[in-house]
Amino acid sequence: MPTSTPERELDLESPIGGPPLVHGTLPRWAPQFTLVTAIAAGFALFAVGTAVGLAAIAAVLLYGLAIYSWSRPIEGARKAKDRVVTAIVASTFLLALLPLVSVILTVVSRGVARIDPAFFTFSMQGVVSEGGGAYHAIMGTLIVTGLAALISVPIGMLTAIYLVEYGKGKLARAITFFVDVMTGIPSIVAGLFAFALFALILGPGVRLGIMGAIALSVLMIPVVVRSTEEMLKLVPNDLREAAYALAVPKWRIIVKVVLPTALAGIATGVTLAVARIIGETAPLLITLGATSGTNFNPFDGRMATLPVFSYYEYVNPGVPPEPSLQRAWTAALVLIIIVMVLNLVARLISRLFAPKTRS
Amino acid sequence: MAKRIEVKDLDIYYDKFLAVQNVSLTIEPRSVTAFIGPSGCGKSTFLRSLNRMHELVPHARVEGTVVMDDQDLYGPNVDPVSVRRQVGMVFQRPNPFPTMSIHENVAAGLRLNNARISKGDLDELVERSLRAANLWNEVKDRLNKPGSGLSGGQQQRLCIARAIAVQPDVLLMDEPCSALDPISTQAIEDLINDLKADYTIVIVTHNMQQAARVSDTTGFFNLQGVGQPGQLVEIDDTTKIFSTPANQATEDYISGRFG
Ligand SMILES: Nc1ncnc2c1ncn2[C@@H]1O[C@H](COP(=O)(O)OP(=O)(O)O)[C@@H](O)[C@H]1O
Ligand SMILES: [Mg+2]
Repeated sequence: MPTSTPERELDLESPIGGPPLVHGTLPRWAPQFTLVTAIAAGFALFAVGTAVGLAAIAAVLLYGLAIYSWSRPIEGARKAKDRVVTAIVASTFLLALLPLVSVILTVVSRGVARIDPAFFTFSMQGVVSEGGGAYHAIMGTLIVTGLAALISVPIGMLTAIYLVEYGKGKLARAITFFVDVMTGIPSIVAGLFAFALFALILGPGVRLGIMGAIALSVLMIPVVVRSTEEMLKLVPNDLREAAYALAVPKWRIIVKVVLPTALAGIATGVTLAVARIIGETAPLLITLGATSGTNFNPFDGRMATLPVFSYYEYVNPGVPPEPSLQRAWTAALVLIIIVMVLNLVARLISRLFAPKTRS
Repeated sequence: MAKRIEVKDLDIYYDKFLAVQNVSLTIEPRSVTAFIGPSGCGKSTFLRSLNRMHELVPHARVEGTVVMDDQDLYGPNVDPVSVRRQVGMVFQRPNPFPTMSIHENVAAGLRLNNARISKGDLDELVERSLRAANLWNEVKDRLNKPGSGLSGGQQQRLCIARAIAVQPDVLLMDEPCSALDPISTQAIEDLINDLKADYTIVIVTHNMQQAARVSDTTGFFNLQGVGQPGQLVEIDDTTKIFSTPANQATEDYISGRFG
């Protein structure tokens, strides 16, 4: 019986004994050309009165369609799909970038006017319309956030160490569950918790810096636990065993081998957790209230913070409203700058502390 | 320094799974004892039971006795940390501490335990350990560079230097050369030969030529079947094991008929 399987026949047909290795390719300028054309078409649609969002969507669809139908007959199905997926990935990236860019542009353009020495040196004490600054709010934000970090970092890190290095069984599972639940707590609830807690202790209506710090800790602790946990899990078990074999007790291994190895990641995680809570408004509104004067003592009286300051300047502007609105935008801008600096610090820390290989 | 180890009726468990059954043997001081056998027969498990590293695995336990100089390592009130102070270990994959320099790695056993020692003494100890590990000449100009920047073979010798810096009596080595190239392997084997003047060395190896080259005594571990516990089939002088083993299974294994 002659063996003529389908593969055989295919082999015979193709001259080199297999599928051809060479395919046609589009010219190198093909994507750029299609993109420019698609954008031009989008503009044309916009010009005849289509809404800008709709025109943009049309341009993206047009690009995908055009590049696919151009590539398909020349380059084959796989390459054509590749081009379409590239287009999808790039456009979703731009989509994600859009709100960020828009927020930054708005805040910078409206807030830059009051980036002046007065803004960073004066409080709002006795200011009715023009002038004044956010010195009190900047200090308040730094103090309250710093306190929150001071509370959350030890608790969060110790919890993570327990979970990774010691915890087994029911207790560890329960803690993990509650940390997960805490991650989902709305920030206003955290504020109400701190408010209720202090109402029980000091009576209703108190407002203190420490209350805000505790409310923020409720939000920060689960983030610190999670990020520290992940970093500790990344420390290779080999290193723990190496230390065990050198007759080092477990707690020393954790303190001197595991933590230093994971330090870069933990520090980054903590910084990002701080960046995450520093802009919280709702819990601080409840727990700190607002004030126009500078207060350095978190255990005595109300404190101003940047988010709350920005909020009140915006909803309760003076007469005329412009100076207040401007202060609100500048406060937002300062907050964004602080968060950016924190992110940079996080990167710097992870670069500095990262285990070195060569050099 | 250098101690005799007597193992009697040792059963080693991972939770309910009996991994190694009924091992009895004596390891002589100032000698090299090699363990060979097919993969999964419990060589590493047995080795790790000699410095109580085995129990670091959750629910892992041991029955029987391991006596070192008249003291049962598994006796009541024995602190595993002090056992490990006397029985050091080198692992299959080199594992220098990535956050530490070469110098700090060698000194790790002391530094991590906050030992009080002057800088001069410490430097001397580091040099002595690195010389003993045949690494001094290669790293003496970069002691403050990270240990993870060395080659695999150098890293493994660094780990040996780190292990002998705490001056143990016994040195356990679990396939110390299996991740290394032939030249580094040669260096480590030479090193083992030098070290046996001062230490009791127990080495697990996959490589029978290596066992024949470096060891005085060789033990052969084997499995009866899948899911069965590993057993020590025979242990004898290395020359005897590789020429006229008493057991058929040993002969089959060393002549390459299985494993
Ligand atoms: N951590 C562990 N938990 C459970 N079983 C293990 C563990 N380590 C090894 N084992 C089992 O113990 C047996 C012996 O393994 P091992 O000592 O690593 O063998 P070898 O080193 O001879 O290759 C194997 O069946 C292995 O699956
Ligand atoms: Mg092994």
